[in-house]
Amino acid sequence: MLTYTNKIQELAKRLLTEGKVDLVIGYRQGTIPMMNEPVQVKSADQTDQLYWDSFCGVNLANYLPRRTERIAIVAKGCDSRNIVVHLQEGQVKREQLVILGAPCQGMLDRRKVWGRLDGLEPLKALEDGQQLIVEGKGFKQSFDRSEFLQDNCAICTHRNPALYDELLGDLVPEQGGVDRYTDVRAIEKLDPEARWQYFEELLAPCIRCYACRNACPLCYCPTCFVDESRPQWVGKGLDQSDIRTFHFLRAFHCAGRCTDCGACERACPVGIKVRQFTKKLEKDVWDRYQFEAGIVLEGRPPLDAFRPDDQEEFIK
Amino acid sequence: MSEPFEPKIIAFFCNWCTYGGADLAGVSRLQYPPNIRAIRIPCSGRLDPKFILSAFRRGADGVWVSGCHPGDCHYIAGNYYARRKFALFKGLLEHMGIEPGRLHFSWVSSAEATKFQQVVTEVTGIVKALGPAPHYIKKLAEVA
Repeated sequence: MLTYTNKIQELAKRLLTEGKVDLVIGYRQGTIPMMNEPVQVKSADQTDQLYWDSFCGVNLANYLPRRTERIAIVAKGCDSRNIVVHLQEGQVKREQLVILGAPCQGMLDRRKVWGRLDGLEPLKALEDGQQLIVEGKGFKQSFDRSEFLQDNCAICTHRNPALYDELLGDLVPEQGGVDRYTDVRAIEKLDPEARWQYFEELLAPCIRCYACRNACPLCYCPTCFVDESRPQWVGKGLDQSDIRTFHFLRAFHCAGRCTDCGACERACPVGIKVRQFTKKLEKDVWDRYQFEAGIVLEGRPPLDAFRPDDQEEFIK
Repeated sequence: MSEPFEPKIIAFFCNWCTYGGADLAGVSRLQYPPNIRAIRIPCSGRLDPKFILSAFRRGADGVWVSGCHPGDCHYIAGNYYARRKFALFKGLLEHMGIEPGRLHFSWVSSAEATKFQQVVTEVTGIVKALGPAPHYIKKLAEVA
């Protein structure tokens, strides 16, 4: 995967020098290992910052809405699907974009790596094929990268970009035979009281920092419902009903648009599995309307369309 | 012995159909349980999910949303869009632990006074059987 770094730098340099784009959105190494950060490169002499490894989980499509520049953007499978959603929703124009598609083998979860290190501080994390080698003061350990896959990447069925202009490497085989919704079905089987308690425990640590919202490429409303005060839909405090309302509505606003990129869960500072909300909607959208977000440019998202014969078994 | 439980049900009616149906039920002197608080909305498509959550958080025991039959929308297609929205909304609300009988949807036209009467009776019966809503009520004071 590291070979992408050279390719990204080379393409970025070429596009910027030729004046095809005004900036390149990609990743650079963060100040601590396994925390790559987004970067916007505007001149060809800065392209050597650009970097790629398996810790590029941030969804760069988040930086596209309402932009007017011509932009080259590095896009994994999920990022590219979010770009398609942006295009469908008119947030950015296709001719503004040069999409550098990155066929992806799944991103790694830094928390899972930390969990395996028993408190040792990693200073360097390198990849060698399927191995992840973590180094620190007085230790060097090697792991199989597959044990650290982000939860959403482990069940990903769209690793290759849905839309791209340049490819950074060969397309990778898609994962077959994945059951995406085992966890959702397990919750569906519980009775209402048990479901309530499940989510009560799930949300108990929430501090309402809105990191999940900010990391999400779908959340681009000029005024978010949580900031509205007349009427105030969600209280500002830590009342359990307010926390619930926030998570519920945040997820509902992503209905039929969510690509399960995992940005929300990745951003959560207290490790709440916020995808439990969006995944239920994703499952229902698939069951009812056979729609997956961001796969094709044509057509409208499911909540902006209807069929006269849509199921209505729940309506009297 | 305490009084029997009387649920509070917030009912959102589309202006063109169910609201008219409710009116017709009234002028026809049809008897139905007095547990609903009717709120008139221009179209079932106008119903923002936030309205339903707000009703529950402020202590409603049940919510009932009713609009025109498919094909009869005053705005041509509002209820078709609403139908998709309701389906997903109801699924997620129940997924997170609200009992299935607390949220109801129906299509009642302005001529269907007897259907209106039937649905009110049915909805009230189901919510009453469930008892007071145990969760999802805001307990702390609203602050800006």
